[in-house]
Amino acid sequence: MAQEYKLILKYADEPGYTPDAECYLRHGGYEPLKKAMAMKPKDLPDGKKILPQEQIREDVKISGLRGRGGAGFSCGLKWSFVDRKSGKPIYLICNADESEPGTFKDRQIMYKDPHQLIEGMIIACYANDVHLAYIYIRGEMADGAKILNRALAEARSKNFLGKNILGSGYDLEIHVHRGAGAYICGEETGLIESLEGKRPYPRIKPPYFPAVLGLWMCPTIVNNVETLCNVKHIVAMSGAEFAKLGTPNNTGTRIVSLSGHVKKPGYYEIEVGKATIGELINDPKFGGGLRDGRKLKAVIPGGSSAKVFKAGEKFKLKKKGADGQMTEQEVDMLDLPYDFDSLIAAGSMSGSSAIIVMDDTTDIVEALANIAVFYAHESCGQCTPCREGSLWMSKALDRLTHGEGRATDADYLVKIADNIPGGRTICAFGEACSWPVQSFVGKFKDEFVARGKADEERRARENVQPIAATPPERHELAAAH
Amino acid sequence: MSTATTTETTPAPAVEKIKVKVDGREIEVPKTMPDPISGKPIPTTMIQACAQSNVDVPHYCYHPKLPVVGNCRMCLVEYGTPALGPDRKPVMNADGTPKIAKSPRPAIACATPVSPGMEIYTNTPGVKQMREGVLEFLLINHPLDCPICDQAGECKLQEYSVDYGQSSSRFVEPKVHKPKAVDLGPRIVLDDERCILCTRCIRFSKDIVGDDALGIVNRGSYNTLTAYPGKVFDNNYTLNTVDICPVGALTSKDFRFKMRVWFLKETKSVCTSCATGCNIIIGSREEKIYRYEPRQNDAVNSCWMCDSGRLNYKWVGREDRLTDVRRPVEPGKSEKTTWNAAINEISRKLKSTASGSVAIVASARQTNEELWLLSKLKSKLGALSDSIPRTGEGDKLLVNADRNPNTNGARLTGICFTEMGSNLPQIAAGISSGKIKTLIVFGEDVTRHGIGLDLLGKLDTLIVSDILPNGTTRLAHYLLPGCAHAEKRGTFTNAKGRVQKFMKAVEPPGDSRAEWEFLHDLVFNVTGQDGFLTIEGLFNEMAKDVPAFKGLTWAGLGDGGATVQI
Repeated sequence: MAQEYKLILKYADEPGYTPDAECYLRHGGYEPLKKAMAMKPKDLPDGKKILPQEQIREDVKISGLRGRGGAGFSCGLKWSFVDRKSGKPIYLICNADESEPGTFKDRQIMYKDPHQLIEGMIIACYANDVHLAYIYIRGEMADGAKILNRALAEARSKNFLGKNILGSGYDLEIHVHRGAGAYICGEETGLIESLEGKRPYPRIKPPYFPAVLGLWMCPTIVNNVETLCNVKHIVAMSGAEFAKLGTPNNTGTRIVSLSGHVKKPGYYEIEVGKATIGELINDPKFGGGLRDGRKLKAVIPGGSSAKVFKAGEKFKLKKKGADGQMTEQEVDMLDLPYDFDSLIAAGSMSGSSAIIVMDDTTDIVEALANIAVFYAHESCGQCTPCREGSLWMSKALDRLTHGEGRATDADYLVKIADNIPGGRTICAFGEACSWPVQSFVGKFKDEFVARGKADEERRARENVQPIAATPPERHELAAAH
Repeated sequence: MSTATTTETTPAPAVEKIKVKVDGREIEVPKTMPDPISGKPIPTTMIQACAQSNVDVPHYCYHPKLPVVGNCRMCLVEYGTPALGPDRKPVMNADGTPKIAKSPRPAIACATPVSPGMEIYTNTPGVKQMREGVLEFLLINHPLDCPICDQAGECKLQEYSVDYGQSSSRFVEPKVHKPKAVDLGPRIVLDDERCILCTRCIRFSKDIVGDDALGIVNRGSYNTLTAYPGKVFDNNYTLNTVDICPVGALTSKDFRFKMRVWFLKETKSVCTSCATGCNIIIGSREEKIYRYEPRQNDAVNSCWMCDSGRLNYKWVGREDRLTDVRRPVEPGKSEKTTWNAAINEISRKLKSTASGSVAIVASARQTNEELWLLSKLKSKLGALSDSIPRTGEGDKLLVNADRNPNTNGARLTGICFTEMGSNLPQIAAGISSGKIKTLIVFGEDVTRHGIGLDLLGKLDTLIVSDILPNGTTRLAHYLLPGCAHAEKRGTFTNAKGRVQKFMKAVEPPGDSRAEWEFLHDLVFNVTGQDGFLTIEGLFNEMAKDVPAFKGLTWAGLGDGGATVQI
């Protein structure tokens, strides 16, 4: 049976647990940092030494930790790309711009257990020879910024931060930087531009890979809040032990934000892949099922940009058996293990691990229109397909949900959406705004067509001009006057 | 002022070459090329490799002289790289050629570096479809007001619409509306609805001029180009943004609504407003000049020119241009005459002057050929000669403190010395003492340079050629109406010693004639020197005679000119 497994949120919701340093220390806080600082160089048989920093980086690789922000990229691999020979300072940025609709996990950590994040950051910085780090926090989280600043001051006063940390000779400063409320600042290069004081226009890659040309054109690591917290636990328990949590290639725990039409929306920490989508929705330990008398209609499994799953959808997934042979299994959407790889194999993603549940009362056209408004509003407008496409789709959906639809609008929408993703844009926002349209219309096409058809029939009844693809001809205008 | 050194640059160190294929054709390209701003070597990009392969990749935001931003997405191409096996060694096809792994995602040609063995595909159905998609996105909110747009005829939206556009639009939503006719500054008007947000103007102003004046506000499709609040877009290079704007968003207040560009005749010329000698294109129609535009010459002005030089053309068409040849009838009175009569009279007079009794004040706004012809007169007559310096404030980009376009030409032909103007007091003294009885003035108002009305009144003969009336022309005994550079052909030698030719855009008004033409007649009459009835022949003759120009030919100058030792 699927269980909650609290690693990151072990104490956060315990009665009496407070975000101050004393409370954190009473719960074993900063012990992993002390452990990391006390690590000695390891001697190799060939006389070479492995520095403690390299040992931690290696351990993070062994842990199999994957980024918790959305892309699920290997953290150890990301760190290994950092240009350590440039002679330039290396920066670390904690991406706390949690903005993906449906996602509210990082907020829990920062508001309830800020020292856990700070400790994870200090260890990550130490492991990567970083002496200046930033927490880029979403502008709307004003209290979070206050809490973090207070926690940073406490950490400084206890010499976990600042000069000569715990007598190790290692210096580190961390600053909190508040965003101004733009989703695109969660894109790591947009975030870097914003931190530099510019418009958060994501950078082109190549050449601006943060690991080489990041903040102020220096090597930079950008990690999500939850990812950085995990670093602390990897040092505490060892990478090999951490890797035993979860499932192969999907290690550790994840905090799932569950929202929508379930009885118990909220956040639930699970071992990655040890619970299915169905269990997360229906198990009394998690969502507790749909509202009484409702049937499941759709699930967005990884934040609003992830492709939607339709209730009853079946996927053919390749599974490695005990004998090492790959076998193909048909799996119902609800039986998909909630991990990185299964959801990608099923054509969507776990993204920021935000599950949005929609029951049969949901107007799917309205739901997509709502999502499209968000992405049209948040497109930074730098590159053409996303800038123009996101608003176009939103306007078309607005028309379709306000009585001006056409039966052809379903195809119309998908054709627009098809011209946006797949490397046509500078950043992944192109995918974020087009995947919902492609998947909603693709999987619920009959509803979109019916909506448009109803509008057409009404216009025919009321003898209203159909919506023309081109403006009326001049002679038609003349005839009308 | 220019320094007396050559500007021939030492050849760049050899750059490693790599082989790539563009649409199936193999080409060798340098591994690195200079960064447009810093000049430091940076990896060669796909679009540069394609250009070297003569394959045109459509683009809006990319400009070879600006930093790359990759925002328009028009240059998306497909590509592949040699496939590597598990042993990291290239996988070979059966025929021994390397197997190419095609990238599942396209890449922007403007920013993606080439790598050895890379294959770039610019004309696949996939690439065409992407271009169509981008173009459609660019057009949905565009006002499509081509009939009244100044950019019409030289608009990249129009050009690529021919290649990748649809004959009808499927867009049925209301368009986004943005500010129209925004007054950005004294010379620039912005139509935000036409803007495709390529940011060329922003990058040019920030990175080339160093005036961080423009930016984008708002988000997404509502993104709007604007000047910073309270800031007027007013540096001396603003009009270049009109040139590089690929659409009709930025227009020149001077040129807008004046002329459809397809009616303009384009003539290669050189700006005369300072010693830099920016290469330009004169746009004219029916003997009227409508605009100057910079013409690319990386040895001189890159792709740019200053606003003051660009707008300095209106004098050419002034109503009070000198158009009549005049000869003296009695003291203080002259009459209109013919070129033949005037030149013959002047020739006779000059031939009969005593050596040393003639002085010549030429202009460093005249061409090398004209100055050389005057130098022939000078040696025959044993004349004192000089020219008049004209200086202002220079800048870091293009404007030279020397405001004469041909100071070096005046020096190299021997009309003046390193210190231009140093002979003027001597000439004034010569007139004052009565030693100098004849003064020849070309293109300058000597009354403002120490040779006042009283001195001019003492002369037996005052021969003046100019374009516009001034204090000196009013006292001229013989007045010879000359031509603006736009009305003739010739060459200038710029501050760095680059000899550049310019062509004739419009006909001169009235009887005015190119100075080199009537100077040729005069020089032939006075000295007997002949053999250069065409500008080509004249230039080549001069090149044989003037040591610095040795080896140059009119034809060999090409469009970009040649640098000589100064």
